[in-house]
Amino acid sequence: MHLETQLLAFRAKSQEWWHAYLARRRDRAAKREFFYRHTGTVRALHWINALCLLVMLMSGLQIFNAHPALYWGPISNFDHPFVSLFGEQNNAGQITKGVTQIGPWHFNTTGLFGASYEDGQLTARGFPHWATLPGPQWLAMGRLWHFFFAWILVINGLAFVVYALVRRHAQKDLFPTRDDIRHLGREIVDHLHLRFPKGEAAKRYNALQKIAYFTVIFVIGPLIVLTGLTMSPTMDSVFPGLLWVFGGRQSARTIHFLCAFSFLGFFVIHIVMVVLSGTWNNVRSMITGWYGIDPDAQETSHG
Amino acid sequence: MAEGKGTRRGFLGTAAAGAGALLLSGCRGLSETQWFPKVLDSAEGLTMRVQRLFAGSWSLAPEYSKADLSPTFKANGTLDPGTPVYNAMAANGFRDWRIPVGGLVAHPFTLSLDDLRGFPSRTQITRHDCVEGWSCIGEWTGAALGLILDKAQVMPKARYVVFYCADPMADGTSDPPFYYESLDLIEACHPQTILAYEMNGAPLTVPHGAPVRLRCERQLGYKHAKYVERIELVESFKHIGGGKGGYWEDQGYTWWAGI
Repeated sequence: MHLETQLLAFRAKSQEWWHAYLARRRDRAAKREFFYRHTGTVRALHWINALCLLVMLMSGLQIFNAHPALYWGPISNFDHPFVSLFGEQNNAGQITKGVTQIGPWHFNTTGLFGASYEDGQLTARGFPHWATLPGPQWLAMGRLWHFFFAWILVINGLAFVVYALVRRHAQKDLFPTRDDIRHLGREIVDHLHLRFPKGEAAKRYNALQKIAYFTVIFVIGPLIVLTGLTMSPTMDSVFPGLLWVFGGRQSARTIHFLCAFSFLGFFVIHIVMVVLSGTWNNVRSMITGWYGIDPDAQETSHG
Repeated sequence: MAEGKGTRRGFLGTAAAGAGALLLSGCRGLSETQWFPKVLDSAEGLTMRVQRLFAGSWSLAPEYSKADLSPTFKANGTLDPGTPVYNAMAANGFRDWRIPVGGLVAHPFTLSLDDLRGFPSRTQITRHDCVEGWSCIGEWTGAALGLILDKAQVMPKARYVVFYCADPMADGTSDPPFYYESLDLIEACHPQTILAYEMNGAPLTVPHGAPVRLRCERQLGYKHAKYVERIELVESFKHIGGGKGGYWEDQGYTWWAGI
């Protein structure tokens, strides 16, 4: 056969496949059922929260860069930090290496942590300029951003908690039930196989989602606010118990930092899950409120 | 139709990425404007009022025991003023150091170190929190600033206490060219606010602000002016230096240093 004929046959075949695929999609879309998943209040609070968390993380890294080391206890034991990011110098005073120290371990993290490139020049700084707000080393400005958005974050977070409790959104959708915990094992296996609930089961959060949202909203959230307040010398004069609870100001600073990275970890998993379980469907439901489910897939659902 | 959808998705993806990039560069650009930092700084007043609501004039900074003292207390900022006048004073054991207390007071007077030691002393082991994030614990002995202000008889008009220091600021951009700081009267009259002349049981060393430094334990480190050589009561600090109430405040740090 001529190459041309082969190509034409291939084209016809792929077109056929493509049209069949589109027909299947149209069919599924026609059968698709939409339900109103997120109220306007929840959607607004979600996006305000997302903006606040981004600003808080980046301005927080800017503040951290002013002294890129973490300690346990009330004071900074400068010779033995728990974690530190530093740049190593050669005899000429040039930065040659970025080092991340965690306990007894040292890692070469040149270009990312400890020392990174600024205008092509390797410069000693904890986190690189693209991760901080503002970009250049500017502690005073980082603090202005951090303490302005802290108020919005806290007011927004409290508004959500009050709304969720009053409208029973928290009790109905967020608090894990005994049943959720019982099915936890199977749910983990399903998640690892990337099998996501469909049909009726997709209308409510599964156990892992509930545990994740519950932890972020009711554990990490309050923890990051309280450890933040523990770093304030004025607040310590009012609530010295905070120091006792967190084991001192420097411990509180370390826990504050760990909470921030828990938020970051949650965010990464959150985005991966949004993408794997239908990007546009999820994003639309958080913009317009409407979430689509395929009813014909009900047999494969669980829970 | 499907293509339309694809395009819409593509558009939304691009838009989201674009919005993200715009947001990031926007945040950076915003820091450089005149107006946006003022918006951000509006939170300072709120933070101060709410913290004061809880703390009032009475709440005490936690005090520690000798076992908690930092093995090495980091000295920050100026480590030695190094001016000829200061060097001469230091060589003479600061016997000629004088601190005039003036401004809006009925009875201005001048304090020598002996005068300062003549006031009832207070010793406190407290935690020093730097704005950079680190903390050290030290023991401080000094005279309560409140008693000194009482002696000077503060006029009703006075609202702030300004501390002028002997350390010149190297970058030369500050006006006055020396370090200065200010407290309002609530913080100045707090029982733990002292003019300290001893640290860890010995006279202050030069890196820690010899011969006299301020301790105001509910505030961050930059408020604790070292090398204090003049005290002035004022109604407003608008006319002093950059008008923000302190050397670091003039560089963009908040006047309220309670957090």
